[in-house]
Amino acid sequence: MDEDFVLMKGNEALAEAAIRSGADGYFGYPITPQSEVMEYLTAAKPWEHTGMVVLQAESEVAAINMLYGGAGAGKRVMTSSSSPGISLMQEGISYIAGAELPVVIVNVVRGGPGLGTIQPSQSDYFQATKGGGHGDYHLLVLAPASVQEMADFMPLAFDLAFKYRNPVMVLSDGAIGQMMEKVKFQPQRPRMTDDELPGWATTGKKPDRERNIITSLDLDPYRQERFNQKLVEKYRKMKEEEVRYEMFQCEDAEYVFVAYGTSSRICQKSVQLARERGIKAGLFRPISLFPFPENEIEALTSHVKGMLSVEMSAGQMVEDVRLSVHGKIPVEHYGRMGGVIPTPEEIVDVLIQKFIGG
Amino acid sequence: MTEEIIIAGFGGQGVLSMGKILCYSGVMQGKEVSWMPSYGPEMRGGTANVTVIISDERISSPILNSYDSAIILNQQSMDKFEKTVKPGGILLYDGNGISRHPSRTDINIYRADGAEEAAKMETTRTFNMIMLGAFLKIKPIVELDNVIKGLKKSLPERYHHLLPLNEKAIHRGMEIIQEIHVAEKV
Amino acid sequence: MADINLMDIIKEKNVVYKKTKVLTDKVMHYCPGCGHSTTHRIIAEVIEEMGIQDKTIGIAPVGCSVFMYDYIDVDTQEAAHGRAPALATAIKRLLPDRYVFTYQGDGDLAAIGTAETIHACNRGENITMIFINNGIYGMTGGQMAPTSIEGMRTSTTPYGRDAHLMGHPIKMTELVAQLPGTYYVTRQAVHTPNLVRKTKKAIRKAFEYQALNRGVSFVEVVSNCNSGWKMSPVQAVKWLDENMLPFYPLGDIKVPEK
Repeated sequence: MDEDFVLMKGNEALAEAAIRSGADGYFGYPITPQSEVMEYLTAAKPWEHTGMVVLQAESEVAAINMLYGGAGAGKRVMTSSSSPGISLMQEGISYIAGAELPVVIVNVVRGGPGLGTIQPSQSDYFQATKGGGHGDYHLLVLAPASVQEMADFMPLAFDLAFKYRNPVMVLSDGAIGQMMEKVKFQPQRPRMTDDELPGWATTGKKPDRERNIITSLDLDPYRQERFNQKLVEKYRKMKEEEVRYEMFQCEDAEYVFVAYGTSSRICQKSVQLARERGIKAGLFRPISLFPFPENEIEALTSHVKGMLSVEMSAGQMVEDVRLSVHGKIPVEHYGRMGGVIPTPEEIVDVLIQKFIGG
Repeated sequence: MTEEIIIAGFGGQGVLSMGKILCYSGVMQGKEVSWMPSYGPEMRGGTANVTVIISDERISSPILNSYDSAIILNQQSMDKFEKTVKPGGILLYDGNGISRHPSRTDINIYRADGAEEAAKMETTRTFNMIMLGAFLKIKPIVELDNVIKGLKKSLPERYHHLLPLNEKAIHRGMEIIQEIHVAEKV
Repeated sequence: MADINLMDIIKEKNVVYKKTKVLTDKVMHYCPGCGHSTTHRIIAEVIEEMGIQDKTIGIAPVGCSVFMYDYIDVDTQEAAHGRAPALATAIKRLLPDRYVFTYQGDGDLAAIGTAETIHACNRGENITMIFINNGIYGMTGGQMAPTSIEGMRTSTTPYGRDAHLMGHPIKMTELVAQLPGTYYVTRQAVHTPNLVRKTKKAIRKAFEYQALNRGVSFVEVVSNCNSGWKMSPVQAVKWLDENMLPFYPLGDIKVPEK
């Protein structure tokens, strides 16, 4: 028996973890399947104990711009939404990337396009990892695969956001948001004091410094290009330092499933089922989707005969997997869409059909 | 040990909370657990189901399409989930409102008329605990002590005065369960 | 008549007016005669006089005044088009002892950012909102604004604004005055010395009220856009008096109860 563990939905765990991360503010707008986040926060009333602000905005557009303002003031701020809401936020996210502001955005993905479904999906991979809004930029993207990781990734996301002055997205989905598992929380981190706020933040111009300006505007093309180069350098550094992944029975694997989030959980079962049928299967699970673990995937080509990218999408991450292996081995895709979740059995069948035959 | 369970019925029958209590009991026993509900508009009055997994090991897929055990509380769920029980697995159902009884011969079938029994207790909301008791009688995957602890942890404190009643309901379920069919050896 | 030496006049004891230190030395890019420069100066003077430069955070809009941060020497954030009230909401809630003001034009505040304007006002955010209304989109080259008056010629209403085709001009200030979250709502102008003094008093109040924590203080400044209106500064001032002010009458719309 372990009294330290509690049973919680992924959405609730991330809300509790946000409070414990020493977050200063949450700004959001309700949307299924992640409304539990704000419901949990408003019930927990963190403003009474940690001082964290929680505000239901008039729209996702307003919410993301509240993040801009709050992060510009040097504070740890976050929002959560689901696919259609994240689309509405894209303009703001682009400005946040352009103004180099540290924010945390949680996307509990549902199927699309349009209003689509409220069931879990992974169809926002491109949007999350390739930019999403206008201009040359990237988010740092973390993909949790359990309720525990929903909790663990909150302080991590804030730390990475501030380390790089860059928006960080936690890319989850309806399944992980809605499921309950046991979870253990980190102790409460203190919020930053006024003195600890970053020097670049708009906190009021003190006589001993120049005024701080938070903007993404530069009309001089050469200066703007230098700024773009700075961003490129930042993303290169992320690739060096922030690649995260997990491998499961890859050591002797002849075939490897590449899957993140919910799909990776299902594929773990598929590995077991495949091995019961005498197929040496393994699972490579990218945890950071940007930066993508391309070198680690390429390294597997030394002994792996083929890879199957399993996604709840029409085939998005598969492009990054293919780029990673440089044509050395075949990479196939298997996806279910619209909120349909593939079963462990059908994934094994697809693996056999695509690579082994029979 | 890994036990993969589907609990299915109408919204309002306590399907999700039965799953939650079972999970909490597992946590109390030091197990890994996962609780994956159907969600969305169907939660509001329609059918509800939850996949519960209790295991000694890290749980892989929280979403399944075949189960070791099914706890079935209405006809729609019978139609949907009877076929998903693994051969040799368990199907436990409440007879109330069931017009087409399970017909598979390769699974173990049990019946507990929980709804009827709940009507005899102080509140019909004991229904899900009666069914849980019946299930634990045939699949004692968690100890009763831990179920009581799990109940305590999952019920808000203002309902703690109902703990003895819930415990009574669990025992009642253990008493009323009937064996309908024993799986044939394949 | 004795020769007058200019250097005898330019002396500290003779100073009747000087540029506030809260304005930078950067030459403003605004067209001669534009109300933005005057309003910037007023805001900077109020900040200096109240001694709150180290506690003030400004939000610049998209539009001609996007570069407000080049001129007013306070910590400033540049917002996406229309979203200044959302930024201000978060900043003020996270730093409640600071003075936070937004500065927006008519397209920013009354068209693309209408939702943010209405909801910040309705929540009663404890901020100062400055609204420059010149009835035209200056920066993009003189297109129709939500506040362009009927009959007004712009590059997208070359035959004059026809309310049946293009809708009616919106009186945002009267609208927000209806909301319980606004504390002080007023309409001013800056094209005559007298009006400049009145506007300064209004803006000063709008900043001072933040200390009371009673909600939004909202100051509209009816202004001119000589370039967009295709007029000389003198013609523009006359046109403003004769056409804008009858539709947008000056004065307080909502004042704190005594």
